[in-house]
Amino acid sequence: MKTGTIFDIKRYAIHDGPGIRTTVFLKGCPLSCWWCHNPEGLASAPQGVYRRDRCIACAECVDACPQGALSLTAQGIVTDPSRCRHCLTCADVCPAEAREFSGRTENVEHLMEVIRKDIPFYDQSRGGVTFSGGEPLLQAAFLLALLHRCGRCGIHRAVDTTGHADTDTLLAVAEHTDLFLFDLKLMDPEKHRKYTNVSNQIILRNLERLVGQGANVTIRIPLLPGINDDHENIDRTGSFLSALPGVGKVDILPYHHSSQNKYRKLGLVYRAAGVEAPTTQQLADVAARLKAFDLQVEIGG
Amino acid sequence: MNARIEKLRKASFEAAPCISIERAVLETEFYRENCGKHAAPVLRAMTFRHLCENKTIYIGQDELIVGERGPFPKAVSTFPELTCHTVEDFRLLNERPMTRYNISEKEIAAYRERVIPYWQGRSMRERVFAHVPDAWRKAYAAGLFTEFMEQRAPGHTTLDGTIYQKGMVDFKQEIGENLAALDYLNDPHAAEKADELKAMDIACDAAIVFAHRHAALADQMAAHETDPVREAELIRIAENCRWVPAQAPRDFWEAVQMYWFVHLGIITELNGWDAMSPGHLDQHLHPFYEKGLSDGTLDRERAKELISCLWIKVNNHPAPPKVGVTAKESGTYNDFTNINLGGLKRDGSDGVNAVSYLVLEVIDELHLLQPGSNIQISHKTPEHFLKTACRVIRKGYGYPSVFNADAVVMEQVRVGKSLEDAREGGCSGCIETGAFGKEAYILTGYLNVPKLLELALNNGTDPLSKTRVGIATGAPDSFASFDELYEAFTRQLHHVVDLKIRVNNYIERMYVAHAPAPFLSVVISDCIVKGRDYYNGGPRYNTNYIQCVGIGTVSDSLSAIKKHVFDERTVPMKRLLHALAHNFEGEEALRLRLQNKTPFFGNDDDRADAIMQRVYASLFDAIEGKPNTKGGVYHLNMLSTTCHVYFGKMLGASANGRHAGMPASDGTSPSHGADRNGPTAVIKSLGKMDQVKSGGTLLNQRFLPSVLEKEEDLNKLAHLIRTYFKLNGHHIQFNVVDTQTLRQAQADPYTYRDLLVRVAGYSDYFVDLNKDHQQEIIDRTEHESF
Repeated sequence: MKTGTIFDIKRYAIHDGPGIRTTVFLKGCPLSCWWCHNPEGLASAPQGVYRRDRCIACAECVDACPQGALSLTAQGIVTDPSRCRHCLTCADVCPAEAREFSGRTENVEHLMEVIRKDIPFYDQSRGGVTFSGGEPLLQAAFLLALLHRCGRCGIHRAVDTTGHADTDTLLAVAEHTDLFLFDLKLMDPEKHRKYTNVSNQIILRNLERLVGQGANVTIRIPLLPGINDDHENIDRTGSFLSALPGVGKVDILPYHHSSQNKYRKLGLVYRAAGVEAPTTQQLADVAARLKAFDLQVEIGG
Repeated sequence: MNARIEKLRKASFEAAPCISIERAVLETEFYRENCGKHAAPVLRAMTFRHLCENKTIYIGQDELIVGERGPFPKAVSTFPELTCHTVEDFRLLNERPMTRYNISEKEIAAYRERVIPYWQGRSMRERVFAHVPDAWRKAYAAGLFTEFMEQRAPGHTTLDGTIYQKGMVDFKQEIGENLAALDYLNDPHAAEKADELKAMDIACDAAIVFAHRHAALADQMAAHETDPVREAELIRIAENCRWVPAQAPRDFWEAVQMYWFVHLGIITELNGWDAMSPGHLDQHLHPFYEKGLSDGTLDRERAKELISCLWIKVNNHPAPPKVGVTAKESGTYNDFTNINLGGLKRDGSDGVNAVSYLVLEVIDELHLLQPGSNIQISHKTPEHFLKTACRVIRKGYGYPSVFNADAVVMEQVRVGKSLEDAREGGCSGCIETGAFGKEAYILTGYLNVPKLLELALNNGTDPLSKTRVGIATGAPDSFASFDELYEAFTRQLHHVVDLKIRVNNYIERMYVAHAPAPFLSVVISDCIVKGRDYYNGGPRYNTNYIQCVGIGTVSDSLSAIKKHVFDERTVPMKRLLHALAHNFEGEEALRLRLQNKTPFFGNDDDRADAIMQRVYASLFDAIEGKPNTKGGVYHLNMLSTTCHVYFGKMLGASANGRHAGMPASDGTSPSHGADRNGPTAVIKSLGKMDQVKSGGTLLNQRFLPSVLEKEEDLNKLAHLIRTYFKLNGHHIQFNVVDTQTLRQAQADPYTYRDLLVRVAGYSDYFVDLNKDHQQEIIDRTEHESF
């Protein structure tokens, strides 16, 4: 049975493609964007999360841990990372939900049960399932198995991707995908590398190939003032996309700070702290600039 | 909103509710002179006529629709024949911080002299409490149930379209024909029927007199009016009042005035619960609207203005002041008039018309406390109408609430109503299903379902008062299986339901004997034909409901006990009982484990939802089909209004981790914070409840405004509603407000004094709610987008 690692499932997802959707977040990503909204999706392995505000210091986790990796201190529960095997026992026993794991192994069968629960809503709203991440293509076999199963149930399938993946894999996934939500961040390869840790060469080439193969693609541009809202980047984006006749809609996703807390919880540094959320005017300006390239542009999406 | 409506709205919004003793004084005078001289229905009709002949008549500046129950707007009458308020009651009403009713010491003194001495010992409330058996009294005191009929009359009345076809003169003719046809030789009830029919006839005259007095006042005001425009309006008002309610209305203005006079008559005669509702107002007014547009006597704006005037009239009438337990379970100015829009027509076709849209605009512009409003959505309802309503819902007033017209038809056909009557029916009050204009569907009181489990866990003893209020069902630590515990729960359930019905039946007969409602009986089919009162089986259908509260709390508690005590055996029953008895003191880890490690209802989790289904089936078995005294039977209803807060106060800690005194779950909503998988999971869970077997369920959902920002989000809300209805959901309503706003309103009530929120089946001003209710709304799970 195929298994994979996911870090969340959201039902009534209304901003991840058409209709009412269930979004499954696959863990692990080859990029590490400064502004990433789902930092718990970056690493491939499950991560323990400790929420001290919830902890009642009952020490049930300390007693239950088969590795003896936990201890109760004046600072709450402390984990010895060299001993922790991510077995999730502590999360299972913690009554207060102070021990959580970001990421768990799921098999296709169980995930399908969850996905199938909202079929009445998909049917009514022409919605479906969205596989997001992280980068779902990092777990290609798992993803393909899920897409295949959803297809057999007649569930509309969207894949939300960075585009940074092996081209053949992407094209194979495209065979079983009804809609790609394809992220496009920066056109300048060096800047792209600076802010995401990888070059955009593979991404741009993959997008061309995908569109060339006739895939249904919506472009999503996270808009970050001072990083990618300059005229040069927008114009380059516009001209690149306008040369790809198969591209459907372009969604501009306004950056917001709401994920800062997640970084704190995971003990990660939030590098986009200095970035301001775009104003309505900035969003409208960018949208207008892109529309000049004869693209169908929407704010949000 | 034009200048007139703005002025009237402002005056209505700002007027402080006060008590008017006029009705009580007039009634008492009349009773002193006449009680004992006439049969009860005739005495009641004559009292009604006396009120109509003598009460102060009011026509306000700028008004187009006229008539008030009190001497002026927001002056609330008392009904000493039902509840005779004491001097202390009035002082409390005058001084309490919430839902105050002003009354002067002078009026209190007058009441003490002229009203109280006569009614002391004679009021319905006193007589009910003098009668009830000890077991009932104890169970009532322990908070196992409430009793609706102890201080307000049974009501929950909604009209069909009859009053737009027939005036009082036509009704009088029918009454006369039926009187003439009575067969005194072969019908042993003929004399009784004659009394009732004579009473109805007097009541019709009373309503005509009442309107004619308004006509005279309007004429008089017109004669002194200097503004020619207003003079013309007053002359027209006088003409209207001379025509309706005596005759059937001829145009839109008269139709609205007709409804308002009938509404006023019914809430003057008695103070039935839920005041009075017009039913499918859009369908009733539509022919007049079309006629007015085509003959040029009406335009869209004028129609809207007249509807707005009706809205303001309803808002001018706060609920009669309640006392005791009833004040705790329903402390609001809202008197629950609820207007239906859309739905189906008698022939099964779609009921949405131009007036439906007009009314949505009125709701949006006025956003007053009263009346409430709802839309009825069938599979035939146009998407455009649903979306237009969703746009109003997004504003966050808590209305319109949304009903499933197809399910409401199924509910009614299931219990034997004709398909046509069912289509013409709908929901009123909060969520109660009825055949409008043809049915007495009486709420008789709330049942505290989690309290029944508490009794089962304490061998019939109420752990709070330490008194035996249930039956002995065995020591809880002797239960060998979950099924044994469940059996104890159902035995407590049957015991308490039977106790309640026994007393309900007695009170019902008291209303027949002492407080029949002949005017109400005139406008509800088939009271005239049967020669029987509304309270005595006169209507075509006669339903009693018992409203079961806390299915979320009880299902989650049972789920927790099943898992931790019986299935996994990780928590011994003794430890659980000790923790519950001590409100989880020193057992926080256990409390959290129960709360966080138990499958809960509202998450589309079959383990918990199956328990909910089992409880629901047990409630149905205990209530369904028990006879009332009017030829009808009891059905299950799942409304809580605000009673879940009162019931929660009467509950110790519960096995779902809920602390003692905290609210029980509301309506059929999941327990506060139990639903963690979003609205689709809630809806799927609710979809597993066989709601068609109820007379109404209630689902509250709270959304952050950001979830409904975009047009596309509204589509998705509409899809959410449609999907729930495909699963046979009965009702859903939305609060669209964020926690921060609610907290700001708590801190700064003045600035937020017009912030409306959905409480139960009605909206209320957030700052008018007491702290418990405010907190309860804040604690409802907030669905966000991401």
